[in-house]
Amino acid sequence: MKEKTHVDDIDRSIYDFRFEDKDAYKVSEGLTEDIVLKISEEKNDPEWMRDFRLKSLKLYNEIQVPDWGPSIDGLDMDNIVTYVRPNTERMHTDWEDVPDDIKDTFERLGIPQAERKSLAGVGAQYDSELVYHNVKDEVAKSGVVYTDIESALRGEYADMIKEKFMKIVPPTDHKFAALHGAVWSGGSFVYVPKGVHLDIPLQSYFRLNAKGAGQFEHTLIIVDEGAYLHFIEGCSAPKYNVANLHAGCVELYVGKNATLRYSTIENWSKNMYNLNTKRAVVEEGGKIEWVSGSFGSHVSYLYPMSVLNGKGARSEFTGVTFAGEGQDLDTGTKVVHNAENTSSYVNTRSISKSGGINTFRSSVVIGPNAHGSKSAVSCESLMVDNESRSDTIPSMDVRCADADVGHEAKIGRISDETVFYLMSRGLSEADARALIVRGFADNVSKELPLEYAVEMNNLISLEMKGSIG
Amino acid sequence: MSELLSVKGLKAEIEEKEILRGVDLEVGDGEVHVIMGPNGAGKSTLGSVIIGDPRFEVTGGSVFFDGEDITGESPDKISKKGVFLSFQNPIEIPGITLGNFIKTALEMKTGERIKLWDFKKKLKETMEVLQMDPAYAERDLNVGFSGGEKKKAEILQLLMLRPKLAILDETDSGLDVDAVHIVSKGIEEYKKQVGGALMIITHSTKILESLKVDKTHVLVDGEIAVTGDASLIEKINNEGFEQFIRKED
Repeated sequence: MKEKTHVDDIDRSIYDFRFEDKDAYKVSEGLTEDIVLKISEEKNDPEWMRDFRLKSLKLYNEIQVPDWGPSIDGLDMDNIVTYVRPNTERMHTDWEDVPDDIKDTFERLGIPQAERKSLAGVGAQYDSELVYHNVKDEVAKSGVVYTDIESALRGEYADMIKEKFMKIVPPTDHKFAALHGAVWSGGSFVYVPKGVHLDIPLQSYFRLNAKGAGQFEHTLIIVDEGAYLHFIEGCSAPKYNVANLHAGCVELYVGKNATLRYSTIENWSKNMYNLNTKRAVVEEGGKIEWVSGSFGSHVSYLYPMSVLNGKGARSEFTGVTFAGEGQDLDTGTKVVHNAENTSSYVNTRSISKSGGINTFRSSVVIGPNAHGSKSAVSCESLMVDNESRSDTIPSMDVRCADADVGHEAKIGRISDETVFYLMSRGLSEADARALIVRGFADNVSKELPLEYAVEMNNLISLEMKGSIG
Repeated sequence: MSELLSVKGLKAEIEEKEILRGVDLEVGDGEVHVIMGPNGAGKSTLGSVIIGDPRFEVTGGSVFFDGEDITGESPDKISKKGVFLSFQNPIEIPGITLGNFIKTALEMKTGERIKLWDFKKKLKETMEVLQMDPAYAERDLNVGFSGGEKKKAEILQLLMLRPKLAILDETDSGLDVDAVHIVSKGIEEYKKQVGGALMIITHSTKILESLKVDKTHVLVDGEIAVTGDASLIEKINNEGFEQFIRKED
């Protein structure tokens, strides 16, 4: 008697509800100068920003799509709606004022509960605009700023935004960075002043509800000298049978001796093209800690990058990627060591099943000045069945003789022997496999914020059924 | 009285190579049986086939346990009926601690959630019997364990899971004198606490010293060549297996 194993997809039912967007304002599909101007007008941009958008649009039209990653042929920009204003006048700071359907969405996703329990502040974006933003009083009193970028553009920090907006990720970087520059909307601005240590995290949640739309939020975080921040972002969307696009941009400035922990749980639906760009610049003695869980999307291109510019700056990247049926997830990380005694540590796990494809790319550059720098990259992949695929593409560019660089990659399958061992102790085949997969991701999942670690374990508790065939 | 384990004319092959060629064996409740035999005779295969190792195909005969036909059943079902195999080479599994694994297995067996406090207390006591450092409960299953520690971890599972029949596949091989002594103590404890039956596959007699052996079987070339009482062990120790091997001409 032979048993065939069938592994079900992750249960997405908690994400796959949606509401009609009939009352919202949208621009027409596609991308033209008129549309960009309309967005700019709609958002009441300062003049420099309007010009910035137009310049970015020009770049977008000139730059070719990448020719090296998963296919994005299914993404037709002529069909993507780049701006959808949710049906609400303005951003709210009182949860009760948020319109019911939007409130209901976030309540189902557990956002307000999380705020009450364990967060210093919460932002919630629905389609193209932030609908809610709030920080606890004591946090605001310490001088921490957490607001939407649009407000920041006109407020006290307007000059800071102008100085830093899309400087780490310029629109010239790649086609979708240019697109972002042209049509960005929403996102968060965070400023943590010198020496302020925020013990509890801030969280932004991005929800793309509108069919065939794009979400282009911009996150700009500045953690000043000696300060500490943990920022969490969560993303989800209901499933549609047309392509949706996410091309967000995250720019992080980590000051001297400051630490920023940036955790992301991405669970986009499987019609999503997730072409997201994240980058951090770290000054002397500072540290960036990336924690990244990628579970959703049809196609992802995602490589958070750390630029270690100051002496002794550090970067840690911990990531887990889960590619199921119909998913082609190209993820990884980049580190540039630009100063002495900088260090980077990369630890990732990727799991593929039911024909899912995982590609892990790492790029480590040790510049000529980065004497005494260290880098260690470890990536492990697990294929749950024989139809799935996993590739590892490391790249190292070392231009300094006294650097210490290590790379370790392992690709494996669940061995029949291991499943048998667990089954001989009374575990069903499904339980045995789920236990192995959970164990495989354990090193990484314990880095996630607790409620997300629990969610991830639930995601991995694959409904594996044995059927006789 | 019906036997606990009844193996009749059992034939099994792996990759189209026949290993078991018609094994007959009966083990009663609480009995201690010893399986001896030259290398490659099929001793480990017998244990594996009884617990339902999917690598082997049963091509003839039957295995009954507790009056039920378990031939070709899946290992988890056989395990739940009360059969336990102590592996010769236990698998290393990263990310699952020994303690959590045993708790999971117990919960699967009983279908009930176990109170953490009671479980930890029982686990700690049992680890003391086996002279295991309690820190091992928090370590990943068999990962980086020495050969002796892996075998102790198997006996720990045996004592925690309390099966009706324990098959020990060369649990004593590769162990130093002290480790063999501790493992023997664990097996004695199993007899005392659970009163279950034992099928001990072994090359040495050290592990048997403190046990009352009911029957000894010599497995040669996929068949039981001879069955005797405890005295057969000494005979084999003195004279070897040569006398039982069929001369092919």
